[in-house]
This record gives sequence, C-alpha cells and structure tokens, in this order.
Amino acid sequence: MADIPKSWKVAPPKAWKLTTPEELVKDTDHRRYTLGLEKGWLRTAPDVEIKPGMHCHAALPKRLEDVGMPNPRTWSVMDEDWKLPKNWKEIILEGFKDRLERFRSFKLFMDICVRCGACADKCHYFIGSADPKNMPVLRAELFRSVYRKYFTTAGKVLGPIAGARELNIDVLKEWWYYLYQCTECRRCSVFCPYGIDTAEITLMGRELTNLLGLNIDWIAAPVAFCNRTGNHMGIQPHAYKDMIEFFLDEIETIIGYRIEPTFNRKGAEILFITPSGDVFGDPGTYTAMGYLMLFEALGLDYTWSTYASEGGNFGLFTSNEIMKKLNAKMYAEAKRLGVKWILGGECGHMWRVVNQYMGTMNLDMAEGSKMEEPVSPITGTKFENARSTKMVHITEFTADLIKHGKLKLDPSRNDHLKVTYHDSCNPARAMGLLEEPRYVIKNVCNNFYEMPPNTIREQTFCCGGGSGLNAGEDMELRMRGGMPRANAVKYVHEKYGVNKLACVCAIDRAVLPNTMEYFVPEVDVTGVHELVANALILEGEKERTVDLRGEPLPGMEDSEDV
Amino acid sequence: MYDGGKIIAGIIIGLIFLTFPIWFTHGKAVKRPEVKLPEKEKQCVQSREYMKTNHMQLLDLWRDSVVRVAQRSYVAPNGTKYDMSLQNTCMSTECHAKKTEFCDRCHDYTGVVPYCWDCHIPPKEEPKEKPEEMH
Amino acid sequence: MNAILSLILSGGVVSMLVAIPLLGVWALPHVFGIHLEWLFGIVIPYLAVIIFFVGIVYKVVQWGKCPVPFRIPSTCAQQKSLPWIKYGYAQKLDNPVSTAGVVGRMILEVLCFRSLFRNTRVEFGSGEAITYKSAKWLWLGAMAFHYCFLVVILRHLRFVTEPMPFFVPIIEKVDGFFQFFLPTVYQSGLLLGAALTFLLLRRLLDPKLRYISLVADYFPLFLILAIVKTGILMRYVFKADVVSIKELTMGLVSFHPTIPEGISVIFYIHIFLVSILFAYFPFSKLMHMAGVFLSPTRNLSNNSRIVRHINPWNPPLKYHTYEEYEDDFREKMIEAGLPVEKQAASPAAKE
Repeated sequence: MADIPKSWKVAPPKAWKLTTPEELVKDTDHRRYTLGLEKGWLRTAPDVEIKPGMHCHAALPKRLEDVGMPNPRTWSVMDEDWKLPKNWKEIILEGFKDRLERFRSFKLFMDICVRCGACADKCHYFIGSADPKNMPVLRAELFRSVYRKYFTTAGKVLGPIAGARELNIDVLKEWWYYLYQCTECRRCSVFCPYGIDTAEITLMGRELTNLLGLNIDWIAAPVAFCNRTGNHMGIQPHAYKDMIEFFLDEIETIIGYRIEPTFNRKGAEILFITPSGDVFGDPGTYTAMGYLMLFEALGLDYTWSTYASEGGNFGLFTSNEIMKKLNAKMYAEAKRLGVKWILGGECGHMWRVVNQYMGTMNLDMAEGSKMEEPVSPITGTKFENARSTKMVHITEFTADLIKHGKLKLDPSRNDHLKVTYHDSCNPARAMGLLEEPRYVIKNVCNNFYEMPPNTIREQTFCCGGGSGLNAGEDMELRMRGGMPRANAVKYVHEKYGVNKLACVCAIDRAVLPNTMEYFVPEVDVTGVHELVANALILEGEKERTVDLRGEPLPGMEDSEDV
Repeated sequence: MYDGGKIIAGIIIGLIFLTFPIWFTHGKAVKRPEVKLPEKEKQCVQSREYMKTNHMQLLDLWRDSVVRVAQRSYVAPNGTKYDMSLQNTCMSTECHAKKTEFCDRCHDYTGVVPYCWDCHIPPKEEPKEKPEEMH
Repeated sequence: MNAILSLILSGGVVSMLVAIPLLGVWALPHVFGIHLEWLFGIVIPYLAVIIFFVGIVYKVVQWGKCPVPFRIPSTCAQQKSLPWIKYGYAQKLDNPVSTAGVVGRMILEVLCFRSLFRNTRVEFGSGEAITYKSAKWLWLGAMAFHYCFLVVILRHLRFVTEPMPFFVPIIEKVDGFFQFFLPTVYQSGLLLGAALTFLLLRRLLDPKLRYISLVADYFPLFLILAIVKTGILMRYVFKADVVSIKELTMGLVSFHPTIPEGISVIFYIHIFLVSILFAYFPFSKLMHMAGVFLSPTRNLSNNSRIVRHINPWNPPLKYHTYEEYEDDFREKMIEAGLPVEKQAASPAAKE
C-alpha cells in the first residue's frame, strides 16, 4: 500500500497523550458552562483554544490539487497564520450568500431557531466534552451570528443586541474547530421541534471552509484517492484484487474449497459496491469475507468493480460538487458493465448518500443503461423501495433471503457471542434501516441484547468518528464523542455479558474498536455479515472448526485444526 | 418560487385565518350600543363612571353582604340609603326595569355572560313593546 | 453579551415600551395638553399589523425562493421496505413515505410538538454511567404556552367581531369553567403567565440555557409577559370601559377608526405592547410559526429511492471516467488478469 500516507496510521501525536477513561470522564465537567454567567460566547474575538487531540491535521496541498479545490498550500492548524487568501472574508460571505440562495434548509435553519435547548444535551460531543460550543444550537449559532451581521437588517443595525457579530479570523478559526467536531450524525435533528438539522449547517460550513482550502487531511486524502483510484484507501486495481484473493485464501482454509468471484465483469446481473474499508481494514475485512461467502452460497450472478470500488463518499463531508463527482462512478460503472441493479454493502454515510442524494444527483447517468427495478434473483422479491435509485442495502437483501428460507443457517456457531447492535447514524436517521439488520442478526445469533432505548434506533449515538473524523491525531475527540456509545455498551456488557458489538458501517468498524478497547475492552466489533457468514452453511463445505477470524467455534476448542 | 403552489396556498390559508376579524366584519361600521336610561331617576348608587366599569364588583359585594351577612342596607357616597337588591333596587320600575334594554345591550356587545340570571329572574317585560328611540 | 446583560437589556427595553404610551397618553395631556390617543390607538396598531402581514409574507416568499435540492427527512422510525417488515401507523408518521404520512407528521409536529415530546435529559451517575431520562417539562411548558396563547387570542375575538362567532362564548365558558372571582377568572390567562414564567426560569436556571440565550430570547418572553400582565390588570384591577374599548377595536377592524372617550391608559399600554409584538414578529425567531411548515427534515417523505427528487440547480460536473481510470492503470490491470476495454500498446511501442 505505497499510496497510503503515514498520517493514516492511528497514532496520536507525541505531544499529546490520551488519559485513562476515568480521568477523561472526570474531566467532563458539565458545570463548566456556568461560565456563561460571567462571559457570553457572543463576542467579536472569541478565545478559542484549539486543543491537540481534539482536531485533525490540515489537508496536504496535493489532495486539493488532485480534485481542483482552491488554495492548496502547506499549513498547520496550530499555526497562527493559516495562509488564507487576502480576500478570504469576501470569499466566505459570497459563498455564504450563494448557499443561502441554493439551500432552503440552510436559509430556514438560520432564521427559525428559538434556542429552546432541546438539542443541547443530545450531541455525543457535548456529552463527552462538556464544551458548551458543542451544543448543536451553539454550533449553529456560531454561523447564525455571522448570518445576522451580514444578511439581516436587525443584525446590521443592532449588532450584538440582535445576536450578530463580525466575521474575523478568530471567528473563522472557531467555526473550523467546531465544524470538525461535528459528525453530521443528525441526532439533534430528531429532537428539534422544527427539525433543524445541524448536519445541514455543518455541511454548508464545511463547504465554506473548503473555499479557503481549510480541509482536514483525513477527508481530503480519501477524496483525492477515491477520485483517481476509485476508493478512499487509494488501492489500485491489482492491489484491490489481491486483497480479495487474500480473503479467498482465508475462506478456503475455513470452508475447504476456493470460491471464484469476478471483477469488472460485463453482463453480470448485479454490481456489488461496499466501502473500501471492508476490503482494507480489520474487522471490516471479516465482513467482506462474509459477503463473499454469502454470494457464493447463493450462486449470485454478480461482480466486484475496481473502478467503483468505494461505497463511502467523503465528498459528503467536503462539498455537494465533490460528492456528486465521486458518486457518479457507481452509475457509470453499472451502465458500462450492463448490470440490472446495484447491491450496496454495510456502510453508514454511503447510505445517506445513496438514499437521500444519489438519485437526485446522478440518476440521469443511468439513462440508456440496462438497469431496472431491483429484483432478488433468489427469491423473486421486488425491492420496491429502491425502484428509482436501483440500489439495495445488503441487509434488505439478506433479510429477504432469510425470510424466504433461502439460507441454511446454524446460529449455534455464534453461541459464544452475546451480541448487541449499534445503529449507525446515517442508516438510522437518513433512511430508517432499523429492523432489517436486527432481523438478520436474530436469525444468525442466539444471544441478542438491545442497548437502552434512548441510545438505539433513531436515537442512536454516533461512534464518535463519523464524517471523516476517524483519524488518529484527534483520538481524544473520538474518545469523548464515543463516550455515550461506549457507556451504553458497557451497560449491556455488565448486565448481560455482551461481548460483541455489531454494526452496519465501515467507519464504525474502524472507530469503535479503539473506543471499545478504551472503555469496554471486553467487547469486540463486528459487521453483520461476518455473523451471517459464521452461521451460514455452504454446500460442500468441510466441517467448520473456526470462525472467520480463525478462532475456534463453540465446542470445537479441542479440534485439531485450531 | 419552488413548491410555489403549496407555499402560496399556505400563505393564503394563513392569511384567511389571521385576518378573520377583518373579513368577518367586512368594513361594516358597528355602532356602539346605547342603553336606555331611567326617565325620572337621574342618580344611581354610585357615579356613572364608576358604575360603567365596576357595577359587577358592587353587585358582587351586595350579594355577599345580603347572602352571607344578612346586611341589606347600602349607604351611597351622597348619604342616600338603598336596599341591596338587584331586582328591587337596580331593576325597579323607576330605574333599569328592562333587562333587554339596559343590561343586555352592553353585555351582548362585549360578549359578557353574567351569571346573575342563574339565580335571579329578570322583571317581566311586556313582549309587544314598541321599540323606542335610543338615547 | 452575557446572561445578566441580556436580561437587563431586554427587561429595560420592555420597561421603556411600557413607559412610552404611559407618557404619551397620560403624562403629555396632563402636562402639555397634547393628546396622542390617535397615535397609540390607531396609527401604531395599523402600522404594526401591516408590518406583521407584509413581513411574514415577504419572509415566507424569501424561503420559498430557495430551492430544496435534496430530500433530507430525518427518519425517526423504520423505513418502508420489505412487505413483511412492520410499517404501521407509528412508522408512517415518523418516517413517512407518502403525502398522507407527511401531512400526518406535520400535523403532529405543529399541533402536538411531536419532536419535543421525545426530549430526554442526560444525567451523569457515578463514574462513567450516563443515563437518559425522559424530560417532558419543556414539552409541557411549550404546549401550555402556545395553547393558552391561542385561547387568549380567540377570546379576544369578542373585541373585534360583531356579532361574535359562535365559538367565542363557548371558549369563554370553558375557559372560565371554575367560575371563581369576579369577573370570572380565565384559566388560560393564568396558565399563560405561569408557562411564560417557567420558560423564563429555565433559561435563567439551567446553565446550558443561560449560556445559549440571547437578548432575542428574553425580549419576547418579557414582552409577552408584559402583555399578559397588562391584560390581567385591566380585567381584574384597573377596570376598563369595555364598551368603549370595543368601539375602538371595532373601528380598527371595520376601517372606521375612532377614539372613544373614557379609555384608560392601561389599555393603550396593552395595545401598544401588542403592536410591538406584531411588528417585531417577522424579524424575529417568532417566525418559527411559519417556518415549521417549511422544514425540509420534516415536510418531505423518505421516498428518494422510490421517486427521483429533482434538484433545480443540479450542476453538470466532470467526473473521473472509467476510460481515464483504465488509461491510468491498464498495464497493472492486465497483469492482474482484470478485464480491460482497450488492449495495452505493444511493449516496444511503449518504450
């Protein structure tokens, strides 16, 4: 993986060290914001302390050059001088105005908040950091204050009395710091009486920062890689195939024979696209093995693509334009290969894009292709809810298979696991994919326990590293943001002995292992299709003694193969 | 405008609701009601200004005094003594004998429904009375 | 701007607003013999109502001019997917896929404050234990405030309609159900005052709320409280000449404005504060009244995989095509046995 930069390794910088969970929680002093009595936040020069461990590194200039984004240069977040263009203020205000005219959500959400505070303690970062500017309402107010100053009469005339403030470099830095402390998880929007969605404000805010080249490398690098190689990891076609070949070797040792998937094959019925995290990083790789084994068991006529080898889309965290460009490859490849529909793997923000943006952005590309309303070739079920976009979520697909009895399953192979399920933010709150994964898990595992009701389904907590914040240098931020999730996992671990945290998101699988190791080391993270493949009985397989991770199955501990 | 149809329909519905009093009245001038004042008796128990705004308070006081303390005598500011009685004093033939021409005029106009008549029976009025000029 | 400053400022402004009609209607005639009733009783109310209507329509039209490029409902329940996965009424309302569902969701949101009903409160136990308790107080306070305000406004129709619509006496009867005090106490007025006090106290006592509250949050609370107080005072303490007041208000709605004799200054204070509220409305957060109907996370159905949603400014963009990709990696792809569209140039030619 020569293309992968050093910064991708999960290693906190030397100057900063993560404290123990106990220290971290103790530091979460929610009385801190009583300071509001002495000094309000609405001042022209905010004293933002940009803390190490709470932010990601600046994007390297090459990333921005690769996709033609403005102001590529070497800069550092901790530097006084961010090397902005001279007319940066003009650029921001122009961009602000432009977005107010293009997005009703943005304009409306600037106008109607009553600051009732219902969202305040719903944010995982606020709960974990007690930083009052992490209250969703305040994160948005950082923008509203500037909006009022430049785009409302009252703000222009009355200034701070109308809650308005000047845009200056400190305000910009404050924006940046808190924009990249929001994972766009939308939990606050569930509780807002007007449906104000901080994700919308963060999306717009990040677009604005990108006008000045103020991206973080953990987002800009995947974007640049994805543009050229087709995936975030920058894996080139031959290496992508190699990775899968490696999984095939592993699978062969488990089931006793080799399976032969195809790549970039024209005429396949289905194109399968999953986040490259599944192909590249543990424990996602086991989920990828799970997909391979499932499709083998079905004899599915499908193909992988090395060109459209990324389900995720960090364009969502950059700008609408980049998101659209990266997403275009899915339909382009589906059309080129002549497939009937696309099957999508387990991923979080990928499904926000597929469910809420993809058809709108790029469906015209599918014109003249062989794509049609998705039908399961195994059960004949029409996926009517994907009629237009023609992309089906793998847990929708698998749940349908199980319902129709098309899979031979032995859930006792997962008997050593006590599983709980973490709803990923985007499939939960931008789609409503709640029952499908649960149905699948309950059919492949005998021990399933839910976390407390206010921490799952539409009220689920972010893993703490979504929206491109799953870097190594912001580990404290991740741990603070992951605290509410970990707390709920710890609860079911202590109460039921839960030892496995299942999820349907590649970022979860990258982020939560660190969080679990930190807060609840007894609990391991898994994708849903890893559990499926463990329980799945393939025709002609040898007697299984180990699971996908090469660990002995229950009752097989003494087997020779182990 | 985007979703213009729905938004304009919403604005119109909203305006219809919010301007209800205007179109309900449709510009028709409404005269202030005039009450028929007693022909002979010119002096009430209190000043006219006081009675306009506070008669209900006075009647309430009278009721409590009569019903709870059995004290029926009221001395007006000018020293005159009155029997505390809605029917016999206020609504005597000399004064406000006709509920419909006195009490009801303002009460109906301002939407006040006093509960006097839960217990009291207003004096009978000749049904065929010729409507008189208002003063 | 901290909490104390905001409080002083908004409290001060409301006090000034009370003082203006007091001076204009009471002091000026006494001292200088100038009469300004026409200003406070006719001109300002008319101006305020014009600003109110024009302002609201202007603002809503401004919102309407912005497109909704994407379908972004917050899905708060199971999606409609496979036929055997439960998609009942609860799901239809919290994750609607049809227009009927969206209408239902909006009705619940607008009339019942459905989202606020979900509210929870974070509590920190010992160590790492964080719990989320149901917290319905804000919902209750908000419901009490809005509905009492509505009842109070509907009751006021008795001053601006003649004859009164049938429902006004019914509302009055229900509102004065307990028949205590004279004139009968309306519960809505007291509850409205209580709800406002609650909403104000939580802003002051909850450190989170104190931190986020601006002048624009305290001011409307103080203003509405002052309106409620003057209204209550007028009804129960400084008795007003109701017939004359109705003559004035009927004059306003019938466009035959008149200033009758004998209206006390407290009425002018009351109507001036109401005028300020009307005029302030379109420029303030109070616009949530209209805005809630336009919120894209609530008023759109979750059907963008079923029907294509159109973005009017969807930009045509150049993406990295497969051909460019293959040109970049052709040799490596051939070597790895991956199919290619074009064969590689012969090695000799390449060198």
